[in-house]
Amino acid sequence: MDALDGNAIAGLLQDVFGNEMTTAGSVCGHCGDERPVAELVAYLRAPGTVVRCRTCASVLMVFVEVRGITCVDLNGLATLDPART
Amino acid sequence: MARAAVRGRLTWQIAKVADVVDETARVRTLVLDVPDWPGHAAGQHLDVRLTAEDGYRAERSYSIASAPGEPLAITVERLDDGEVSPYLTEELRGGDALELRGPVGGYFVWDAVDGGPLLLVAGGSGIVPLRAILRHRRRTGSEVAVRLLYSSRSPGDVIYRSELAEPAGGVDVVQTLTREQPDGWTGYARRVDAALLGEVAWPAEQEPLAFVCGPTSFVETVASGLVALGYPPTRVKTERFGATGGR
Repeated sequence: MDALDGNAIAGLLQDVFGNEMTTAGSVCGHCGDERPVAELVAYLRAPGTVVRCRTCASVLMVFVEVRGITCVDLNGLATLDPART
Repeated sequence: MARAAVRGRLTWQIAKVADVVDETARVRTLVLDVPDWPGHAAGQHLDVRLTAEDGYRAERSYSIASAPGEPLAITVERLDDGEVSPYLTEELRGGDALELRGPVGGYFVWDAVDGGPLLLVAGGSGIVPLRAILRHRRRTGSEVAVRLLYSSRSPGDVIYRSELAEPAGGVDVVQTLTREQPDGWTGYARRVDAALLGEVAWPAEQEPLAFVCGPTSFVETVASGLVALGYPPTRVKTERFGATGGR
């Protein structure tokens, strides 16, 4: 499974949040690493979509589609802050 | 209908293939006709969705190869074990329909107001969004200085070869061919490493803005190399395409 980055889930994030989110600021709930969502590590078809911290590899976001509904787990994030552009 | 004008929720729409252009033996550009296309920024991509007769769906993302204002186009590399790319590069014909959504992506984008000097570093098919940036720069008449470092396996793998052979004024193109070089080749002949970057990259004191795109391992080697040269991490934008393609 290839490690991609948050750019690869731009469409998924826009679908879920209703807005461009790859420029949103993220803070890892485990190690405090801060970076734009575009720079996080993303695994597609993991199954589902798993996004990990680039520094400590903690799971930050999980997206799973079940019967047409996207289940979103953001527990690993301390902060997700959409950029004001 | 106002749906296309509303920002926010993306909708899947049906595009029609207007033209196909073979760039290399494995790479094809698809020019698309999308009703109500809202326009895009250089560097953005779109998501393509294929649905089989049994309902099985596959989605992939492809960088937009055209500049804002040009006919919309994506460039696709055929992966031997791909689920989607063989269909897009070998089966799809002019007049066929294609389901897509976009444009998406707000991070790996460049507009003339973002300035420079620009360092664009591409590995294999990573050249696609950077070509959109170059075309946008030319269309806007921007005079931002650009250096493009483009790594390919062999001469036959160089995408947009004739276009890159005659770059616009202010654009310096440096190539490296990692596996096979033509007779008389004067460019680099190895994978991009720290020493090569040191010779090609703008000095950090010039406060350059870097865009790095290609296979994951390529992007990571280059991005860490640029940071080691003194580039602030916030001035190095990265887009990873996965392990395959271009290496």
